[in-house]
Amino acid sequence: MDDLYRDFILEHYKRPRNFGELPEHDHDAHEVNPLCGDELGVQIVIADGRIADLRFQGHGCAISQAAASMASEELIGMEVDEAATLDAGWMLDLLGIPVSATRRKCALLSLKVVRHALTGDGSWPSDPGT
Amino acid sequence: MTLVSSTASETGLDVRADFPILARVLDGGRLVYLDSSSTSQKPAVVLAALDDYYRNHNANIHRGVYKLAQEADALFEGARERIAAFLHWPVASTIFTANVTAAINLVAYSWARTNLRPGDAVLISEMEHHSNIVPWQLAAAATGAQLRYLQVAPDGTLSLEQLDAELARGDVALVALTHVSNVLGTINPVAEIVRRAHDAGALALIDGAQAVPQLELDLTAIDADFYAWTGHKALGPTGVGVLHARAELLEQMPPFLSGGDMIATVEAQQSTWNELPWKFEAGTSMIAQAIGLGAAIDYLDTLGMANVRAHERALTAYALERLAATDGVSVFGPPGADDRGGVVSFALDGIHPHDVAELLSRTNVCIRASHHCAQPLMRRLGVVATARASFGPYNVADDVDALIDAIERAQEVFAG
Repeated sequence: MDDLYRDFILEHYKRPRNFGELPEHDHDAHEVNPLCGDELGVQIVIADGRIADLRFQGHGCAISQAAASMASEELIGMEVDEAATLDAGWMLDLLGIPVSATRRKCALLSLKVVRHALTGDGSWPSDPGT
Repeated sequence: MTLVSSTASETGLDVRADFPILARVLDGGRLVYLDSSSTSQKPAVVLAALDDYYRNHNANIHRGVYKLAQEADALFEGARERIAAFLHWPVASTIFTANVTAAINLVAYSWARTNLRPGDAVLISEMEHHSNIVPWQLAAAATGAQLRYLQVAPDGTLSLEQLDAELARGDVALVALTHVSNVLGTINPVAEIVRRAHDAGALALIDGAQAVPQLELDLTAIDADFYAWTGHKALGPTGVGVLHARAELLEQMPPFLSGGDMIATVEAQQSTWNELPWKFEAGTSMIAQAIGLGAAIDYLDTLGMANVRAHERALTAYALERLAATDGVSVFGPPGADDRGGVVSFALDGIHPHDVAELLSRTNVCIRASHHCAQPLMRRLGVVATARASFGPYNVADDVDALIDAIERAQEVFAG
């Protein structure tokens, strides 16, 4: 088996969770990975201080799509305050695969777009350097 | 080398031993370098020329009277002379620049900003590299000129009919097109395009970054007013490019960058300019790189550009044949190897180009996966990126076989 393209990564890539549209939403953002031109948008619905629902839209490589899919499962139900402070380490731990420096942005694009939607901060999540 | 394809068996160039990096063993395997459209590998003679300059002749050029400086001068200007002769263009209008981007920007700043007027148009195409798009966007914005595009047809070609229709509008001041597409490989009929541009009263700039490394060229026959290319794709070092231009235009144009070396006299408030080509070479030049590029051109000349082209055409034909026979692969660009340079962009069903490149690198197959600095073309093709394999004179049919094997392994990973 490939170290990077584990079964669960490919499974999330082929059947991404929470992809689609939320026409009625509280927050949204759209990001482009300048490295490859991949695009990812997000729409978020908030209720009682938590992420009640979330959908991603876009296209990208297996790493970025699987990361978005896996992140969506964690993010729905999470307190907004907590979601707004998630860092790169959280995303990389969640992915659980060795992501090289050149693929780091693929792995972090979904977190970037979520943080952008929630906080207005469109910068890349700080990298733990792991 | 073993070639299965009948079209590929006509040439037998195998110069791998001339390129030290190809002897590298990486994770127990050989290097299958298929990214020459991004940058070429360097033959030992180029590395030796760089080393020899720094080790034995290092001095600044153009003002030294001591022997070392004279040697450096002779090496630098000798490289210029051989490069100009190789491409059949006058030496005095052969200018060293940092790269092709700098060469095009020289024209976009020095010529375009003093010659374009509101109502003029610059005509480029959808297959341009960003380096032949963005400078014209900025020049158009600065002068009030319009930027218009020739479309890319589904077979990856430009339409001469559309060119004629655009030129017939009477407002085109400059046609700026790539000679060979870095994505599709399309070889544009630049001599014919330049002729039609001139007939319509327009100037022509050709981006030869992908053409000089692989085609036998006569720039005087092509007759472009500006022909730009870069050294590092042509077996030379990074940091040096070349602009060949019509001397009378260069005489009229103001300097681009200013400072040392490009002046004749400097008074307190004004200066006069050095003669060509040095008027456009401000500051200490890329001496070592130009000398290295001279060695690269000597090497290509020894191989013979007709042989280089025949070899890469054969490899491309073989790659097209094998990719066509592989399930789940689609290829972009002209269908035949005669109409394209040594570059093949492709897509695998259900696998993003980035993942293709990552999986191919498991067996040291080096390809590029990106928008290739050609986002307008990506939009025309309806993709965000492609996977791209490109060839240099040092590639052999085994490299194509390794590519196909790696593609099949990538498909297995994603099928699992």
